[in-house]
Amino acid sequence: MSGASAGNASYDCLVIGGGHNGLVCAAYLARGGRSVLVLEAASQVGGAAITREFAPGFKVSACAHLLHLMPGSLIKDLGLDARGLQLAAAHMRTTAIAPDCPPLPIDAHDPTLLAARSAADAAALPAYRARLRRLAEALYPVLDTATPRLGTESWQDRASWLRIGWRIRRLGRRDMRELLRIGGMCVQDLLDEHFETPLLKGALGFDAVLGTSAGPRSPGSVFPLLYRMAAEVQGGSALAQPVGGLGALSDSLARAALAAGAAIRTSATVERIMVRDDRAAGVILKSGEQITATNVISNADPKTTFLQLLGGEYLDTGFVRRIAHLRARGVTAKLHLALNRLPQFTGLSDSALAGRLLLAPSLDYVERAFNHAKYREFSAAPIAEITVPTVNDASLAPAGRHVLSAVVQYAPYELAGGWQNERQRFVDLVIDALERCAPGLRASVEAVELLSPPDIEREFRISGGHWHHAELALDQFFIVRPVPGAAQYRTPIGGLYLCGAGCHPGGGVMGIAGRNAARALMREAA
Amino acid sequence: MLTESEPHYRQPLLKTPFHERARALSQVDSFIPWAGYTTVDVFSFVEQEYFAIRNASTLYDLTPMVKYRIDGRDALRYLNRLMTRDIGKLKVGRVAYSVWCNDAGHLIDDGTVFRLGDTEYRLCTGERQLDWLLDSALGFDLQIDEVTEETAALAVQGPTSCAVLKNMGLGGIERLKPFELAHFALPAAIASDAQIMVSRTGFTGDLGYELWMRPEDAEAVWDALMEAGRYCAIRPIGSRALNMARIEAGFVLPNVDFVSGERTLRAGTERSPIELGLGWLVDLNKGHFTGRRALLEEQRRGPRRQLVGLDIEGNKPAHNALLYADKAGRRQIGSVSSATWSPTCKRNIALAMVDVPYIETGSTLWAEIYLNRELVWERRMARTHVVERPFFAPERRRLSPPADY
Repeated sequence: MSGASAGNASYDCLVIGGGHNGLVCAAYLARGGRSVLVLEAASQVGGAAITREFAPGFKVSACAHLLHLMPGSLIKDLGLDARGLQLAAAHMRTTAIAPDCPPLPIDAHDPTLLAARSAADAAALPAYRARLRRLAEALYPVLDTATPRLGTESWQDRASWLRIGWRIRRLGRRDMRELLRIGGMCVQDLLDEHFETPLLKGALGFDAVLGTSAGPRSPGSVFPLLYRMAAEVQGGSALAQPVGGLGALSDSLARAALAAGAAIRTSATVERIMVRDDRAAGVILKSGEQITATNVISNADPKTTFLQLLGGEYLDTGFVRRIAHLRARGVTAKLHLALNRLPQFTGLSDSALAGRLLLAPSLDYVERAFNHAKYREFSAAPIAEITVPTVNDASLAPAGRHVLSAVVQYAPYELAGGWQNERQRFVDLVIDALERCAPGLRASVEAVELLSPPDIEREFRISGGHWHHAELALDQFFIVRPVPGAAQYRTPIGGLYLCGAGCHPGGGVMGIAGRNAARALMREAA
Repeated sequence: MLTESEPHYRQPLLKTPFHERARALSQVDSFIPWAGYTTVDVFSFVEQEYFAIRNASTLYDLTPMVKYRIDGRDALRYLNRLMTRDIGKLKVGRVAYSVWCNDAGHLIDDGTVFRLGDTEYRLCTGERQLDWLLDSALGFDLQIDEVTEETAALAVQGPTSCAVLKNMGLGGIERLKPFELAHFALPAAIASDAQIMVSRTGFTGDLGYELWMRPEDAEAVWDALMEAGRYCAIRPIGSRALNMARIEAGFVLPNVDFVSGERTLRAGTERSPIELGLGWLVDLNKGHFTGRRALLEEQRRGPRRQLVGLDIEGNKPAHNALLYADKAGRRQIGSVSSATWSPTCKRNIALAMVDVPYIETGSTLWAEIYLNRELVWERRMARTHVVERPFFAPERRRLSPPADY
């Protein structure tokens, strides 16, 4: 995909990386009248939100595989519906699966199965959801706006703090107290307070640890759950699967950017950010080509941006130290299976198979799975978020065949035995775990692709192979994300901005970081 | 050195290679810890030792100075990013005094940078800095090693120091200019086949040299120097006498005149090089270095306070004195960090941190001095003037070749 050819022209804004945040940022900048060029190293835009063939005839959303956090306002602003974004499935169901017990729907679609297992849990679930949703709604403005700074005299910062404080105050005494109480808690304690069914608790706890280097008993594990729910508050269509996979979303974002006047170059790898007089001055491509610009916006992760593309020479030691200490080692792998028939999960309805399956039979099981990661081992009994995208979108595989796409934890970036040697053992282990829930699955596998964190690092150029570019936790959130000194999308270098998942509010195909970065730039360089 | 039989907690301080010599000459058994070593505070009388600095020659054991070897392809780029000065101007065989700052532009420490080769430098500092040096090295191709223990160091300072070194057999030492370094073969009588590095540097503001040698040559060099300087009554000195000389020279001392910006706990107690009167060491145009953006901002805003030299009425040193704008002591505007009676200048001098606008030369301030008169304390408000530093800067410190006296 390519817009106007670039040559050596000078731009207002260069965006390094055409991931979804880079494209969102470019679209908003171009709509704001800036001349924008997006430089993407891969041959297609999308970053970690792409659809690609992993076996002849089989396509899959290579990294992220569900759309649920992107605000409806952003989709509407950029007119993505009109630019090719269609949903193959929306409001997808979530079902907990386990080897030895029947599947359990854990969303609001069908409470009868839960009631049959535990009347108390069925009664407690709606109130639990409602309260978390109220807290999440109060937190949403925290996600949506650029983070205010502490200790400044700027009225914008003060207004921002007031707005956040007001939203939380408006929760009322009881909910506010609950937010303070559970905000730093571990998710197991929270779930133990409310529920008794292990399968239910395992699946509810799963969303708290998905994509993070934490187990249900890790302190602060309620926070990622609230964060995810807060983002979902404004997500237009809850859990959704775009027609053609996540790549179709990225394509529609690229069309929106092009329509607004931005240019996009693919297969253009940025090697260095040029600095002149302590300001970003453009980039040097791997080919040696130099492109000058007034502003450079990096969609790359903070470590790549500061330590590789820029270099410590232009930064202060304390700042570099903070970037180096950023916790950004992935524990999440992605498994793609090409299947010669529809997988048969024991006891699972067809409609549930069209949704999201969570393999997390109990909180103990999840915690044990996490234990291994602490010692640089992968889980002997892993947890997984599974979709069979071909149920909703037959275009992804040859007729009658299917694709299984699973996000699998825990698979630490730094594996004691090395991924080279241990890859096949991990694949077998995950397929065995799936086979126990879907007998016959192994025999139907035609091709396998595993993306370990080092693979994700290589393919998507994310330092540490972390989906969120940097661990999403209380210590790397909001006014300290990614680090103090770069938490308002600006960096110590004038004209250099960040717009990726490493910024507030984080990753998950949300696009808010890209939008906020564009706004921050245009406010500053008006 | 520690021995196997002595557990470290019984003998927590290291001994320098000069320790046995110093122990033998110590008359008052006054030793103090410095950077993990035991060193001499006073040998005999502070005044005697001080006058030897200004009138003859002295030996001062510098071994505890922390020394780092910085070597590699990116050593210059690295040092320029670390230091406030343009190290690119430092030629092989020369030494530069410089400081380095944290991100906020607050001073971490000062030290001397020796350029030993194309890519090899040595950094000497008063305190250990390896964590900061290593964190600063991220992304640079170089090697940093602490070489404190493998290098013994001795300062030879005083008007006759050049003559003494010549006497010892370092031919050509008189050609060494200030801030130059050179290697000399040690005379065979001292050590066979051994080299010694000499730099014309020091902390006294006087003519003087610093000698850098292998620990195994240390005692022989000490003995040779004592012999070569016998004619002018060369004597070893402790830290107290050196402190008087360095105040006269206007040099700042870590943990006395400033606390490292990475160690302060209270807001507002950290100091920038501009505040410490070391703005001349800060090159804001050489390219980026840690703290540059903060220092640019400080320069734009103007400093709020500055280290100044004081001349205080009377002859009672104004140790730790609070400074006031008025004699009644209603408005505090600073405090003294170093004070001494200067025997050479015959002035009561001090270094003090003073608020703007009282930093201008000629400003009149009042120092609140507490006097202990046989355990009866008295308070005195002494009229004080801000004066130029250094207080004492003899021509001989720069003269090349130096006179023999």
